[in-house]
Amino acid sequence: MQATESVNKEVIFSTRGLTKVYRMGEVEIHALRGVDMELYAGELTVMLGASGSGKSTLLNILGGLDSATDGVVRYGEQNLVRAGEKVLTSFRRDHVGFVFQFYNLISSLTARENVAIVTEISRNPMRPEEALELVGLKERMDHFPSQLSGGEQQRVAIARAIAKRPAVLLCDEPTGALDSKTGIRVLEAIEHINRELNTTTAVITHNQVIGEMADRVIQLSDGRVSDVHVNDSRKSPRELHW
Amino acid sequence: MKTIHRKLLRDLGRLKGQVAAIAVVIAAGVMTLILAVTNLESIQHSQQRFYEEQRFADVFVALTRAPESVSERLGAIPGVNRVETRIRAGIRLEVPGYSDPVRGQLHSIPDGRQPDINALYLREGSLPEPGRSDQVAISEPFAEAHDLRAGDRLTAIINGREERLTVSGIALSPEWIYQIGPADILPDYERFAVLWMNRRAVANAFDLDGAFNSAVFTLQAGADAEPVIDAIDEILAPYGGIGAHDRDDQLSHRFLEEEIDQLRVMAVMLPTIFLGVSAFLLSVLMGRIIRTQRQAIAVLKAFGYSNRDMALHYGALTGIVVLVGAVAGVLMGGWAADHLVQVYLEYFRFPELDARIAPRYILLGVAVAGGAAALGTWRAVRRAVSLAPAEAMRPPAPETFKQGWIERSRLGRLLDQSTRIILRNLARHRFKATLSALGIGLSAALMLVGSFQFGAVDKLFDTQYRLVQKSDVILHFTDPTPERSLNELMHVPGVQFAEGFRNVPVRLINEQHDYRTSIQGMDTEPRLLGLIDKQHRPISLPPEGLLLTDFLADHLQLRPGDPLTVEILEGHRRTLEVELAGVVSEPLGVSAYMERRALNRLMREGPAISGAWLLTDNARNDELFDALWDVPRVASIGLIGDAERRIREYIADTVLVTMGFLLLLAGSIAFAVVYNNARIAFAERERELATLRVLGFTRAEVSWILIGELALITLIAIPVGWLMGTGFALALSEAMAMDMFRIPFVISVQTYAFSALGVVVATILSLLLITRRLYRLDMVSALKTVE
Ligand SMILES: Nc1ncnc2c1ncn2[C@@H]1O[C@H](COP(=O)(O)OP(=O)(O)OP(=O)(O)O)[C@@H](O)[C@H]1O
Ligand SMILES: [Mg+2]
Repeated sequence: MQATESVNKEVIFSTRGLTKVYRMGEVEIHALRGVDMELYAGELTVMLGASGSGKSTLLNILGGLDSATDGVVRYGEQNLVRAGEKVLTSFRRDHVGFVFQFYNLISSLTARENVAIVTEISRNPMRPEEALELVGLKERMDHFPSQLSGGEQQRVAIARAIAKRPAVLLCDEPTGALDSKTGIRVLEAIEHINRELNTTTAVITHNQVIGEMADRVIQLSDGRVSDVHVNDSRKSPRELHW
Repeated sequence: MKTIHRKLLRDLGRLKGQVAAIAVVIAAGVMTLILAVTNLESIQHSQQRFYEEQRFADVFVALTRAPESVSERLGAIPGVNRVETRIRAGIRLEVPGYSDPVRGQLHSIPDGRQPDINALYLREGSLPEPGRSDQVAISEPFAEAHDLRAGDRLTAIINGREERLTVSGIALSPEWIYQIGPADILPDYERFAVLWMNRRAVANAFDLDGAFNSAVFTLQAGADAEPVIDAIDEILAPYGGIGAHDRDDQLSHRFLEEEIDQLRVMAVMLPTIFLGVSAFLLSVLMGRIIRTQRQAIAVLKAFGYSNRDMALHYGALTGIVVLVGAVAGVLMGGWAADHLVQVYLEYFRFPELDARIAPRYILLGVAVAGGAAALGTWRAVRRAVSLAPAEAMRPPAPETFKQGWIERSRLGRLLDQSTRIILRNLARHRFKATLSALGIGLSAALMLVGSFQFGAVDKLFDTQYRLVQKSDVILHFTDPTPERSLNELMHVPGVQFAEGFRNVPVRLINEQHDYRTSIQGMDTEPRLLGLIDKQHRPISLPPEGLLLTDFLADHLQLRPGDPLTVEILEGHRRTLEVELAGVVSEPLGVSAYMERRALNRLMREGPAISGAWLLTDNARNDELFDALWDVPRVASIGLIGDAERRIREYIADTVLVTMGFLLLLAGSIAFAVVYNNARIAFAERERELATLRVLGFTRAEVSWILIGELALITLIAIPVGWLMGTGFALALSEAMAMDMFRIPFVISVQTYAFSALGVVVATILSLLLITRRLYRLDMVSALKTVE
């Protein structure tokens, strides 16, 4: 099954034997214990797993925010595990967009400026206004984060992540802090981007239901990939209920 | 504008109060630096130029009388470049319309031309014409004090004869940059004049035809002064030479050098304090900014901003604060330097002295301020740079707190929750709280040192003029005079009591240490001059042996009972061994005292006196002076009360102005530290305080948490400041102890109270500003913002 797919689809990310060990004094915490997985071009992947199973750790390493202890992360021709700070910085600058659970907008900048601060350093960005239109927030452009609701702030964060036209969009529990109705609006924005721009997307969640909107669901437990499930068809976020 | 720059501006806007407070402290540092270096350079430059252009002498000697032929032998001494012989004498002057006695120091110049050494700088008019004996050039400050111009007339009493003189010109001399009369403590331009006349005229008046009583020398480049001085002393010994000396013992030069030294100390000390404090404030501020912007930094990095971008971003934030402070400091420094130069010009008479701020000093000021700021902020900025972008994924961890020992104690159980919060906050931020207390303490210390000077200087004059110098008038004779002339003085109208003294110029020597001064011979129990010890208890004069000012005894490394060598510099030069009988403590000048008859015996003379101290009836001053000038052989008349008034004025003019200025700056430090702390504490606690308000705490209870913490730091800082200030004051009074004066180390209760009051006022002011914010605390928005 997997073999056939790898013929049709281009692999964007692949990891082999990826491990991550946190050392806290005497104690060693094995957050990842040999992860092998792929992300395919244009797909929307959902990663599920219990708290502490290593989802965030994996995503951080894929996005070049953190370094692995051992193993290989292949992005195109590059092995990110061996890459230095300079390479990782330009990798993040040009190829990856992030969405965080706590939005992490810069409070002293307006919605538009929060997007602009990223587009200004990228090679081929869209205009901030365009990005905000994609997430349906064109009217609130000049508002500061403190004047926006949680869901609106998260949509600004998505606009910020995709404005540079990244090759991959990595979202760590984008709906974690939101009620279901608002969460669905955010997921709609993510799906819209995935379809419109064909951006490879990975979404971390605790929520099994969200898996139904994915092309593929990767299950992590205790630092390993325990299951990969391919959906026959994707559901639209509007059809999800929790 | 780039968005990241917009963020910078918004951050600055939000922090404008703190930024301004820190900028003020930086400005103070840069200003004191610029002020000191600019003045230092302008004085040194003017000094060097004046010395060179007027060919200031390297070696000086006074003697009784030597024939002109001796000058050839002096010129032949190896190392001597040029000799200029001349006649110098003290005279009396009468200025039309001015009743006080005026003393003059008359110098001869070669007939109708400039001397080769110590040439005059003519401000107005010309030198006396050749062959004229009724023309005189006078010093500029004296001319200004009496509004004299070229062509005006004066009367001089030269060697007892009245002479009518015409002012030919107004001049400055490198010998008289600091123009102070013999035995004076301060310049008195109204009562002391320097004059220059043709050599022939002076020689006639003083019966010194074909002879000289003073010589000045320039040395060949690189020549050592010591052997030259020895050779001069040897040649002039038979002619009553009073020991040659180099520039270090030349009065004007010495005052100037001392001023330069003080400026040097100021150039280092004050900027260090201010910039140190500003570095601390910046480190606290930047630490706080970077802590609260952790998430923002991580996000920016996650989106590809590099470490360098982050360093530049936060570096620029610091840079702008520094720049604002430095620019303000340069402007204020330039303005103040201009004013200070005017003060200097009053006391140091250069042809010109201007304080132009050289661009390199502006650069220096900015660089030093930038360096201090970099030192203060590099840790915080490095934290921003090294922050892992993965941090963006994590919510900030709650700070860790512990129960302190106070809380666990019995007393602690009585504390209410708010006070507990205060104590835990202080314990949690122990390092910052300590530095804050030190910063506030430092400003209390500066205020203490500043006001300490007011009290101490006052005390100094009280001691000098109530306990030491008890006479109203001091009178010097031209030569030693028989004791019986005291009777004559007693009968002068207005004189209530007269006490004679003998005064002999000497060099005191103990091994390699020596000092030129004079021995005062006095009655066994003098009524008009008090001899006191450190505790101001009277000391009686021993029948034999010498008493020295304690400062001088220390300088010569002598203790009571030690023998010392006395080289007598008057009349027949002899060298004697004398015992140090004890020390006295007086705040002004240094002296040696001896029983008068014992001194007369040493001098192998009868009961002679050099002058007298008088108690007088102030109401009859005019009558008194007229009569005193008619007493034969009176060389000078000094008014003690006048001297005291003038010296107090001088202190008010300079020291107190400088210190008042320091007080202002110290106050700004206290304000900046407290305000900065308050703002940061407020920002850090805003959520917490809002939560408490939501839970039902009143405004007053919530305010107490914040204000209590800051007030507690100030309370701790006050004794710390007292301690530091006392140390500073002690160090200052020791560092400033010199032979001219010694500031006593006395700190009054008022001084302590004043410095405490200063920081309390600064604290209250900044807390008032914060209370406004506390009252406007918006619970909803405070709880909503996640920075
Ligand atoms: N900086 C760190 N230092 C030490 N241990 C860490 C660190 N970050 C993560 N861990 C540990 O690594 C393991 C995996 O953490 P990770 O954050 O990847 O889990 P997660 O699957 O994202 O969990 P959650 O669903 O709760 O977000 C956990 O046991 C966690 O405690
Ligand atoms: Mg996680």
